[in-house]
Amino acid sequence: MASSHRISRRDFAKFVTAALSTVMGAAMGIPVIGYLIDPALKVQSSEAWIPLGPLESFPKDSPKSFSFTRSNINGWEKTVNSYGGFVIKKSDSDILALSNRCTHLSCSVNWSEEENAYTCPCHEASFDMEGGVLDGPPPHALDHFETKVEEGALFILFPAIPHEG
Amino acid sequence: MFKKIYAWLDERLGFDDLYKGLLDRPEPHGNWWNTLGSASLFLFIMQGATGIFLTVYYTPSPDHAYDSIQYIMDGVAFGWLIRGIHHWGASLMVLVVFIHMLRTFFSASYKYPRELTWIVGSLLFLLTLGMGFTGYLLPFNQRAYWATVVATNIGGVVPGVGPFILRAMRGGTDVSALTLSRFFSAHIWMLPAALAALIGAHLYLIMRLGESAYPDADD
Repeated sequence: MASSHRISRRDFAKFVTAALSTVMGAAMGIPVIGYLIDPALKVQSSEAWIPLGPLESFPKDSPKSFSFTRSNINGWEKTVNSYGGFVIKKSDSDILALSNRCTHLSCSVNWSEEENAYTCPCHEASFDMEGGVLDGPPPHALDHFETKVEEGALFILFPAIPHEG
Repeated sequence: MFKKIYAWLDERLGFDDLYKGLLDRPEPHGNWWNTLGSASLFLFIMQGATGIFLTVYYTPSPDHAYDSIQYIMDGVAFGWLIRGIHHWGASLMVLVVFIHMLRTFFSASYKYPRELTWIVGSLLFLLTLGMGFTGYLLPFNQRAYWATVVATNIGGVVPGVGPFILRAMRGGTDVSALTLSRFFSAHIWMLPAALAALIGAHLYLIMRLGESAYPDADD
């Protein structure tokens, strides 16, 4: 007669199979979750000071365009994006750097001397020299970059700061 | 509570009958060599699971195949583990399936009434080799490329139809982007589908006919 704390060979085999399966399932399952969500956990810091050249090369009270590229590595692939904007120098200490990306649908705006406005080629939007909306569908003013001057050279901080409100 | 749920489901799904029919079968007295079929099945499932996860990052194009695998190895958490299991599991599967076949041969288990189990099993072995052959190209490094050049050339020396076989395998005259994508397609869709179907047939035959006992002095 088998006493109650003895287990049969069959029950032992069942128990060991279940236990090993659980251990193996966990040992594989947890790494797999990490493997699948890994790219979502990597946040790339894209902040950088972009040099735009000597401050004296920017004319007073007239927007001067600039452009630069930033590269981004996604997985094994490098993508290069172009960005641009306008520097409006009121004085050597009062400098505004605007993004040229229309806040409506991201077309590039151009400075029009005769209209005294930035105009968007896509949907006839226009912005004043400081980036405020004059006409058209944009929901808010143009984004701007933080600026700094070091040893006579102008720098902007990428990425652009969205206009408040 | 759980017993009630289980009884409700069992009445409709028949778990108990399924369990008795599939797993609680009477077995002849065997030894560890009789476990190699289950080991092959386990490896197939393991290769399938890790393979599915590898396709999350792997890209079957000559421009990206090598870089995407470098990314799996160095850039993704546990990518080395998933690919490592798939890599070593592939060799192990060929080995285990082959030893399983040898065991069947030496214990004369292929005889009446299990001839079909043996034939289907032989096809399964060939498909396993096909998985190894097509999978070998996918890393698209020098070794993979030249191994495929040589192996497809071997197909090319078949009398008469050789040049056609060569072009059919390569998808053209050269080992190219077409070769890589057709090997990838064969590796993840065609061969696994054929393997799964034949494994189903193999298991059905085993359940229907049972396993053979080892021959003894009277046989």
